[in-house]
Amino acid sequence: MTDVVTDEARAGEGVTYDLVVVGGGPAGVAGALTAALAGLRVALVDSSARLGGQYFRHTAVPARAPGLDRFLRQARALSDRAEVLSRHQVWSVTREPDGDLLVHANSPEGGAVAVRGRRLLIATGAYDRPLPFPGWDLPGVLTAGGAQALLKGNGVVAGRRVVVSGTGPFLLPVATGLAAAGAKVLGVYEAGGGLGLARHPLLALGKAGEAAGYAVSLARHRVPYLTRHAVVEAHGEREVEAVTVARLGRRWNVLATRIVECDTVAVGYGFVPQIDLGVQLGCATRHDVDGSPILETDAAQRTTVPMVWAAGEPTGVGGWRLAEIEGRIAGRSIIAHRRAPGAGVEVAAGEVAGVLARRRDRWRAFGAALQQAYPVEPGWQGWLRDDTLVCRCEEVPLARIREAQELGATDARSIKLLARPGMGWCQGRICGYAVACLAGEPQQPPRRPIAQPVTLGALSDTDTPHDSAH
Amino acid sequence: MSDVIVVGAGVVGAACAYYAARAGLDVTVIDRGPVAGGTTGSGEGNVLVSDKEPGPELELAVLSNRLWRTLAGHGGFEFEAKGGLVVAETSEIQRRLVDLAAKQDVEHAVVPAGALRDYEPHLAPGLAGGVFYPQDAQVQPMLAAATLLKHGADKYGRGTLRLRLGVGVTGFIRSGERVTGVRTTHGDVLGGAVVNAAGTWGGEVAALAGVRLPVLPRRGFILVTEPLSEPLIRHKVYTAAYVTNVASDSAGLETSAVVEGTVAGTVLIGASRERVGFDRTTSVPVLARLAGQAVALFPVLRGVRVIRSYCGFRPYCPDHLPVIGADPRVPGLYHACGHEGAGIGLAPATGHLLAQVLSGARPDLDLSPFRPDRFPEEAS
Repeated sequence: MTDVVTDEARAGEGVTYDLVVVGGGPAGVAGALTAALAGLRVALVDSSARLGGQYFRHTAVPARAPGLDRFLRQARALSDRAEVLSRHQVWSVTREPDGDLLVHANSPEGGAVAVRGRRLLIATGAYDRPLPFPGWDLPGVLTAGGAQALLKGNGVVAGRRVVVSGTGPFLLPVATGLAAAGAKVLGVYEAGGGLGLARHPLLALGKAGEAAGYAVSLARHRVPYLTRHAVVEAHGEREVEAVTVARLGRRWNVLATRIVECDTVAVGYGFVPQIDLGVQLGCATRHDVDGSPILETDAAQRTTVPMVWAAGEPTGVGGWRLAEIEGRIAGRSIIAHRRAPGAGVEVAAGEVAGVLARRRDRWRAFGAALQQAYPVEPGWQGWLRDDTLVCRCEEVPLARIREAQELGATDARSIKLLARPGMGWCQGRICGYAVACLAGEPQQPPRRPIAQPVTLGALSDTDTPHDSAH
Repeated sequence: MSDVIVVGAGVVGAACAYYAARAGLDVTVIDRGPVAGGTTGSGEGNVLVSDKEPGPELELAVLSNRLWRTLAGHGGFEFEAKGGLVVAETSEIQRRLVDLAAKQDVEHAVVPAGALRDYEPHLAPGLAGGVFYPQDAQVQPMLAAATLLKHGADKYGRGTLRLRLGVGVTGFIRSGERVTGVRTTHGDVLGGAVVNAAGTWGGEVAALAGVRLPVLPRRGFILVTEPLSEPLIRHKVYTAAYVTNVASDSAGLETSAVVEGTVAGTVLIGASRERVGFDRTTSVPVLARLAGQAVALFPVLRGVRVIRSYCGFRPYCPDHLPVIGADPRVPGLYHACGHEGAGIGLAPATGHLLAQVLSGARPDLDLSPFRPDRFPEEAS
């Protein structure tokens, strides 16, 4: 049977870029710009309508995030010097027989696009890490990042009664952003700590100003900040009407509860680095301080696979400053590689020696310290009931996961095979961490050969004689 | 000490354990991973009679089909007697399909071109006809393996069927020539007989016992779509090329369109066959070809999104028949592996026949075509 296959559209027809960057956040933009300024032909592919990544795209209005002006300057400079493909979702990267890398993406119109490059920079950021609790599937329960996204639309959050809960420093910009946009923030419930705002880890390493700014902002809006507290249940008929806030013990076991009426809950327990493309290409991974699988990189931000670099959260969650520095280092290392492809790590390391590398190492240490300061404690599993959905896409309750374990599913993958958590639309991005915890293992590197949904039509259009297997 | 140690907790090992326990034997199942973590966890769950050439494998498939229907009474693994529709692109292929069906001697109906859409309303125009096999069915293979083990333990006693997961076999224990147990990462396990049900890794287990068993991996990819709100595809539908590919000796890539809906609402799309060892690297050109073939068969799928894909390693032997029975070279060692892409379908018959051998009964089918020492010692 023959099918009429139309050639997969190639961005910059016939062009092989010196560098293709996936991800338009601080790491990707810094890496792309660094390389473009040195005269390399660069394409940057990003899923959103505008550059910025999780942090700068969703930044609070009118309170401007630190570093935003600088990022916007970089983004503008990049647009003049490189091909920027926004609203393109990358679902796979493959290697051509001649060694070039082919970045396969969905175009905004749903067609298939392949961008060809000699080198690849993975700067795909991270996504929110929620924990399940009874009622978390009700409309009105959002991830912390999702709540940030709400701020884009003017006035969407004004007048809402919001509770922010979870763990980690990201809760602060979320809460202040929501408050500044007119929401009534009823409380920030930080499950960890016991340190309080006055001794918040942001105060370390010169972030005192930033932390103090959040503290002042919370105080101005009369937002209570309580440590060792968390939302452990959401109530409501069709949408959230109230939450149960618990005072927690050291391991997050519930000590006491009360009800808080609200219509929006923003929950975040950290981030999961997005490393699908690296895993597809066979890059080595390791577990970060908090157990998240991340891509292994050397001093020059190179992964273990030739011609593939990584920067930002895929190499370990550390925030936008670290991401930008890693992006610049990757960019320099890529420039050095083009000048002297045969040179080893010393040349690349020489390019990054000095101030940048030292700053990177300091911010990495800070990122690691934050992960250590805000661990997820196992007590959250006690918040769940048998009927609490762990996987919302496939509607898998806790009881079904326990049944699978009794049937002989001894790891997260076999739990998925038997009970289907993570088989749905989000491919385990939302529930993967929780299922790994329930399985009693660290989260494994994601096997997502198709990183984003792609239509069968678009997928079949990639089947051209040009890039066939033979 | 158990009467039988089954190495492998995939669907074939589970069936061996189930039928052995039913026959009154004490069974210990050992697997280095979880239940159904290998090839069983990467399959489509095919229970097919339609794709078998007349001969011993078809007899095995027909027996197995009957046993699956009995086991389905226990529930728990989404048994679906959906039926299979093989379609022909040309009238010549249709003629050959009809010939094959006549020789197979299983229940079937020849479907003329004009009647194809009575079976599958969304089939592409221009096909020359097909043959419908009502006995073809599907199970959820991981649940099938897990459920067989659970039913075996529940029904015949937890002391009778024990499961040891995360335990890797590292060697065999012998008394003279005879195998009397296995050495594992978690200590020795003694047993009267050892069944090698290690699937694609069956050759490695056999090697630990000092015998050659040529079981090799043949990689296959499957695409999974988003769940559809209404089922577009009623049966398992595949092109005639699938039958020839199953029996092919080619080392290169072979693909044929196999499309079916599932209970979960997703559509599964196969099938590819490649001999590339245990390489898991996704091949986008292969996925693209599978997508193209599926869209050619069902144009309505063109706008449907694929949300994931997975690959597995079918355990094949040079003659494409499984290995079932006692190994005359090593007393006490039995094999139940090498079922290629048909392991789910053939599992109950394999377990049933092996349990007959283990308990000294005469097996319902002649096992000589499946005997473990049938391969030349110095084969490729």
